[in-house]
Amino acid sequence: MARNILSMEDITKVYPNGFVANKNVNLSVNEGEIHALIGENGAGKSTLMKILFGVEKADEGKILLNGEEIQIDNPNVAIGHGIGMVHQHFMLVPSLTVAENVVVGMEPKTNGFFSMEKTIKITKEASELYNFKVDPRSKIKDLTVGMKQKVEILKALVRGAKILILDEPTAVLTPQETTELFKELKGLKEKGYTIIFISHKLNEIIELCDRITIMRDGKIVGVEKVGKITEQDISRMMVGRDIILEVIKEKAKPKQPVLNIQNIIKYSTPEKKILNDVSFIVRSGEILGIAGVEGNGQKELSEIITGMDESYDGEISINDTNIKKLSIRDIRELGVSHISEDRMTYGIVGDGTIAENMISDRYYKKKYQKGFLLNFEKIKKESKELIEMFNVKCDGHKQPINMLSGGNMQKVVAAREFTSGSTLVIANQPTRGIDVGASSFIRNKLIELRDQGDAILLISADLNEVLEVSDSLIVMNNGEIAAYFEDAKLVNEDELGEYMLGLKRMTDEEIRRVADVK
Amino acid sequence: MLSRMTNKNNVEKQFEILRTLVAIAIALSIAFIIILLISDNPINALASFVIGPLTTTRRLGNIVEALIPLLFTGTAVSLIFSANQTNLAVEGAFFIGGVGASFMATQLNLPPGIHLVVALIVAGIIGALACGIPAILYIKFDARPVVSSLMVNYVCLYLGLAVINHVIRDPAAGFLASFKFNKTAVLPKIIKGTNVHFGIFLGIIIVILGYLYLYKYKKGYEIRMVGKNVDFAKYSGINVNSVLMSAQLLGGFIAGMGGAVEVLGMYNRFQYQKLTGHGFDGILVGIIAKNNPKLVPLTALFLAYIRVGADVMSRVSDIPIELVSIIQAIIIMFVVAERFLYKLKHKKIVSLSRNEINEKEEIVNG
Amino acid sequence: MDNLLKAIFSAEFVYSIIRVTTPLLFAGLAALIANKGGVLHIAYEGIMVTAAFCGVVGSAYSQSLLVGLLSGLAGGLLISFLLGYFSLILRADRTLTGIALNTFASGGTVFMLYVLTNDKGLSTSLNSLTFPIVNIPIIKNIPILGTALSGHNVLTYVSFICVFLVFVVLYKTPFGLRIRTVGENEDAASSVGVKVIRVKFITLLISGAIASLGGVYMSMGYLSWFARDMIAGRGFMGIAAQNLGGEPLSTMIAALFFGLANALSNVLQTLNIPAEFVQVIPYVATLIGLAAYSGSMKRNKINKKS
Repeated sequence: MARNILSMEDITKVYPNGFVANKNVNLSVNEGEIHALIGENGAGKSTLMKILFGVEKADEGKILLNGEEIQIDNPNVAIGHGIGMVHQHFMLVPSLTVAENVVVGMEPKTNGFFSMEKTIKITKEASELYNFKVDPRSKIKDLTVGMKQKVEILKALVRGAKILILDEPTAVLTPQETTELFKELKGLKEKGYTIIFISHKLNEIIELCDRITIMRDGKIVGVEKVGKITEQDISRMMVGRDIILEVIKEKAKPKQPVLNIQNIIKYSTPEKKILNDVSFIVRSGEILGIAGVEGNGQKELSEIITGMDESYDGEISINDTNIKKLSIRDIRELGVSHISEDRMTYGIVGDGTIAENMISDRYYKKKYQKGFLLNFEKIKKESKELIEMFNVKCDGHKQPINMLSGGNMQKVVAAREFTSGSTLVIANQPTRGIDVGASSFIRNKLIELRDQGDAILLISADLNEVLEVSDSLIVMNNGEIAAYFEDAKLVNEDELGEYMLGLKRMTDEEIRRVADVK
Repeated sequence: MLSRMTNKNNVEKQFEILRTLVAIAIALSIAFIIILLISDNPINALASFVIGPLTTTRRLGNIVEALIPLLFTGTAVSLIFSANQTNLAVEGAFFIGGVGASFMATQLNLPPGIHLVVALIVAGIIGALACGIPAILYIKFDARPVVSSLMVNYVCLYLGLAVINHVIRDPAAGFLASFKFNKTAVLPKIIKGTNVHFGIFLGIIIVILGYLYLYKYKKGYEIRMVGKNVDFAKYSGINVNSVLMSAQLLGGFIAGMGGAVEVLGMYNRFQYQKLTGHGFDGILVGIIAKNNPKLVPLTALFLAYIRVGADVMSRVSDIPIELVSIIQAIIIMFVVAERFLYKLKHKKIVSLSRNEINEKEEIVNG
Repeated sequence: MDNLLKAIFSAEFVYSIIRVTTPLLFAGLAALIANKGGVLHIAYEGIMVTAAFCGVVGSAYSQSLLVGLLSGLAGGLLISFLLGYFSLILRADRTLTGIALNTFASGGTVFMLYVLTNDKGLSTSLNSLTFPIVNIPIIKNIPILGTALSGHNVLTYVSFICVFLVFVVLYKTPFGLRIRTVGENEDAASSVGVKVIRVKFITLLISGAIASLGGVYMSMGYLSWFARDMIAGRGFMGIAAQNLGGEPLSTMIAALFFGLANALSNVLQTLNIPAEFVQVIPYVATLIGLAAYSGSMKRNKINKKS
């Protein structure tokens, strides 16, 4: 019978900025199972696992291992109890070898000195035992993502982990690598290991896992056996209601081309092209969506279009102006707005006030000056209007933005980018990690802008979003356009998946249609 | 719920102020303890340290005299540190600015007033160059400004001394010093019985202009945004390199001018043989003022006061003036220590958040 | 000019390079190990001046070299400890804390000097000791080479041995692997239970001990007394040396280069060239070195990108 190996009881965690990440959370894991922990971005999964692994401290609650309460103050203690974690961002040192990375913290010694020989032997034996094919002497920086992940798992196993936590392990993997990973994980399960698998990909969970715990808003909303629950049930629990992303919009009436991209090539390393001959056109009054697994060139593309990256080959024109030699401000002055996929790095200045965040693209314009100085009356008035218009829940325009929730921060970003008098909007993951209400608000705003004649490029990893909001759709895979659908409404989801994962590709002629001036 | 957010804002702000006050209190307590331990007559020493500066007009004047250069370097540091550049060349800029002004004041013959203005501007330009070197090395070559600016300080020192000791040295002075400044270039004294000079007005003007520039002018907004999040600034279309450059040139200009005001206001010839420390004092002033020129006068006054206090004390007792360095160091360390008093703050915020959750639940349940 | 060439192409000149390199090498190695552990700071000036002062006082009052050495180390480690406590435990900015500690040490040593001797400039009234000169057998008898390499202060030889020791610590000990891991990716280290703060703290203390030796050398070898602010930027130059070097051996070469510039300035001074122009050489050289080194790194990065 299933025996409980680990439970977390009544865990509450409040971050220093006041954000409540976990609220009275209970998690119970059985020995030898693959247990899925699922929830939207920001539901509290990662925090819960960080507490389990001793990276964060819970403000309240306790952890029981084999029925006994344990204190996990730091990762060392967790490792000592046989808990290992593979983080979403790899915890590896690029300039060191695989073997050095595997043993750091438990270095083998000869006469008190660090023994490279033993280090390599340990690594070799472990990788053979678990059938991981990694070369102990390679440097981490020369490995593929899939290999790096194996090193991470190896690190945990060598340290005697019996319970493995994997934080969204497939997010960075190719389909082949994912298949391989699942094979390895099932092998570990057979050997008696317990695995906690964090994900928000339902199909993977159903394929791999035994039981599933669903989190929402920092709380547990359900614990179920896989197979006894449908995908619809799970998604309903995750987001609190059925996903009906029925976006209401009229049919697009595209006019003249605004963004014209021809033959863009960009190298990420001297050998690897991250963008390979990408061409397309976005016209006034339409939303062109880009679907694709993250890391297939979408980020680079949006950075090139907005002027943040100038090293590329090919031609880009916006409103018939070639942007090659233009600065970011010049490009913005051409009428380009940009929602970056990395909100905390590019989208906002966390220490700034809401007003300071709202005016960063326009503060220098004449109407914001009063004599030599900035016109603070005007800035205050406009900020207040924008707060109202974009329904930002806050304390006033002078509140520091990092006091707001993610959704409200993104509304501030949207308030700035959607009111700049744009003709072209580059929206990269505009609703990532924010609540349902804010998401639908931002989607509707995009459609509103389209109806006012803006050209909109919507890049999203959220299939629902990219299918419902876009008028036409391209799919990116491996730095290339893999498919073009003139009408996003007619796209079959299964088919889309095959294009995204590189299983299928349209002919060049079919794809080329997106770059033709009609 | 909204009021709760305000509370959290306030908690942050309150703790910033509390930390500064506690830092000052700790530093002064340590100073008092040192005095008690070392002095043969601690009561006398303490009294002269605390009240000494207020006892005579001359000493009150000393406070203002010590305050003036700090207004310049404090404002300069505020500008540079607001751009999040740890450029320490303010020290060298102050020194070489003084040298530049001395050169102009000894070599030129211009009408009164104009001569002074020319000397100040030349000093400012030289100071700007000093602070500009680390800026260029960072922008063009990615060299960390901390190390390069420290080197620049020494370059300023030795080049400055070369000018003083070989170009404008007065062999008749009897010690290593420049010729006497022409009267036309000197800042007039304004209070009898003290050395308080016209530079106090210039200092106040610089503080006001610095504040307006940094907090009310579009260029200042750019500096602050670049300092807080350089990626965001770039993304928003701000020309980051030009902002970094202008913040540091401007800071250097002010520091250089400060050096000029100091030598032309306080002395009749240039007589430093080493770096003066005014730039590093400016860093202390800037840090306590949270890089806001508005608070520079207050923090500069505080520093000037303990300086004069320690000076008085060193004259009437057996405690050397270097005690100030110890006080200064302790204050900086506690003010920049983020985690100092952190537990207290975290508890407060957690309890506020908990109330918030409970309120939400009540709304949901009720 | 003839005099100049004669002065430069002499065994004595090489001797003087090695002599003035010693404190720079200590500072450079201290900065190197700190940089590998991700805790590079600018408080070496303060550490060195404190060590120089404490060494003199310790040896003067005990008339024991060992006590002098130990008190010098203790003084330097105290500053390192304060830096570690404030920057690692209380999360203070390392550069600003470093500035504060340099101020503290510079003022504090003069303060204590005055309390002990009633003098604010020099410690000559204290009867402090110096470390002995070591003549290397065999080598000392070789002409030229003997003059250049033999007869240095024992701490000079220690500084060159430290190049090897630092290499061993970094690359041949378990702790060295941890230092390098923490320095390059803290999260990687903490994810396998390496106590990052502890590793950083110990790295700071090791680094502080090395720098302290440089300070002790200044007042008990290079000179035989303590003078206020006698480090005069050597700690900063050490940072520049590790910046140019990057590894133990190359840091030594960079330190020798700065030593050469220093020694040259000493020689030129005696030849009636304005001293200031010569004194400025090492700092200008450092600036150029910084630009060249950082510039080449930047170009590499760009090349990789495109």
